[in-house]
Amino acid sequence: MTDLKRTVLFDLHGELGGKIVPFAGYEMPVQYPMGVMKEHLFTRAHAGLFDVSHMGQILMTAKSGRVEDAALALERLVPVDILGLKEGRQRYALFTNDNGGIQDDLMVANRGDHLFLVVNAACKDADFAHLKAHLGADCDIGMVEDRALVALQGPEAETALARLVPDVVEMAFMDVAIRHWDSAELWISRSGYTGEDGFEISVPNKFAESFVRRLLDMEEVAPIGLGARDSLRLEAGMCLYGHDIDEGTSPVEGNLTWAIQKARRDGGAREGGFPGAGRILKELAEGPSRRRVGLRPEGRAPMREGTEVFAGPEGGDPIGKITSGGFGPSIEAPMAMAYLPADLAEGTTVYGEVRGKRLPAVIAPMPFQPNRYKR
Amino acid sequence: MKYTEDHEWLRVEGDHVVVGITDHASEQLGDVVFVELPEPGTSVSKGDEIVVIESVKAASDIAAPLDGEIVEVNSDVADNPGMVNEDPTGKAWFFKMKVADLSALDGLMDEAAYKEMIG
Repeated sequence: MTDLKRTVLFDLHGELGGKIVPFAGYEMPVQYPMGVMKEHLFTRAHAGLFDVSHMGQILMTAKSGRVEDAALALERLVPVDILGLKEGRQRYALFTNDNGGIQDDLMVANRGDHLFLVVNAACKDADFAHLKAHLGADCDIGMVEDRALVALQGPEAETALARLVPDVVEMAFMDVAIRHWDSAELWISRSGYTGEDGFEISVPNKFAESFVRRLLDMEEVAPIGLGARDSLRLEAGMCLYGHDIDEGTSPVEGNLTWAIQKARRDGGAREGGFPGAGRILKELAEGPSRRRVGLRPEGRAPMREGTEVFAGPEGGDPIGKITSGGFGPSIEAPMAMAYLPADLAEGTTVYGEVRGKRLPAVIAPMPFQPNRYKR
Repeated sequence: MKYTEDHEWLRVEGDHVVVGITDHASEQLGDVVFVELPEPGTSVSKGDEIVVIESVKAASDIAAPLDGEIVEVNSDVADNPGMVNEDPTGKAWFFKMKVADLSALDGLMDEAAYKEMIG
């Protein structure tokens, strides 16, 4: 509990009645007086505002000055086509390790002459050191320390943000742009982690509170805590690093093969060349032995992280484990993610052991809640 | 009403005791999404975990506050767990029990003592 850090919006969270908990080394609001359930539903109906300033913002510029060189450098650490990422666009990526596991997941944006990365709070120092150690000879790599990051998520996010920055309406899902609000330079992406349309906005620390207050003054917008952020991302089928994916799970096991573009696969223009490529390319070709899947428990009882999963209602050894689980306020039912043998098809009934009882759950497609991005 | 250290309230109704959780407990739990109740007719000992409450955050157990027998459970709460947040000390009672000795309630906290405990 010592040495917890605070984001620049900490005092505002207190003023708004946020319940503060330690998270990834920060004191962060887990919920506001509205409560997790209502905050979740508010975000899906209107626009939720999340403080994600604890996440790492990293700038990466090639010493040659060419963004292509920064992209090629980063490709040495991720199994993702960064060179093919166009200016003004963002893409999901993964830092892999030599064993083919995942060191972190991140967003990468091409901003014309450099790359902008957003990484998880708990991993940001390690990610920064990793980038410096492997790419420092070719690239200038800097952690952005003077900016907050907020996410505005939900069907009314565009209406709300457009009052301050009118031309965000022209952005499509995964576009990035730099825009001004008064004298503040905003780094905006049309993305998020809720499955809803929305934006992530990097704002200079000194303007962060006034910017957030302007948004919160709008009737479409309410502050949302980490509790609802978790249930929203789980309904959207998205991984939480350290839970659903980690150093021991490969991107193929994690069901993230969509993040590995053709250029980096066998026969691609820049095949392999990332940490753990041997295992990852082999799993792509032959299939993994286990895979992250969605589970829909049949009753109302949630199956939480750590719940062991069995093939049958009695006997046998566990066949896997739940990595995230809870209740989905929008789907009005429990939901979970688990690692299970890859040969089990969707629709198969398995059994989660909850308080000594085996309860049925069906392997189900994700997302649990359809996403609503603006393509 | 009487109160336990586990944030249950007990109300005597004839020769039965009605049991639920306090406003304070309901607030601490957050939005309740699942409640599992015991079978009527179950004999219980003080401290037996007989009710499971799952909120959006976590699972908690409710223990039998006294020795006795469950005579009735509130199936409305199992069907509509949100009641626990809306009306924890009224409509969202969990179960009624027959206790061998009603004087056992004398050992529990009264409202003033409970309020002091939760601060």
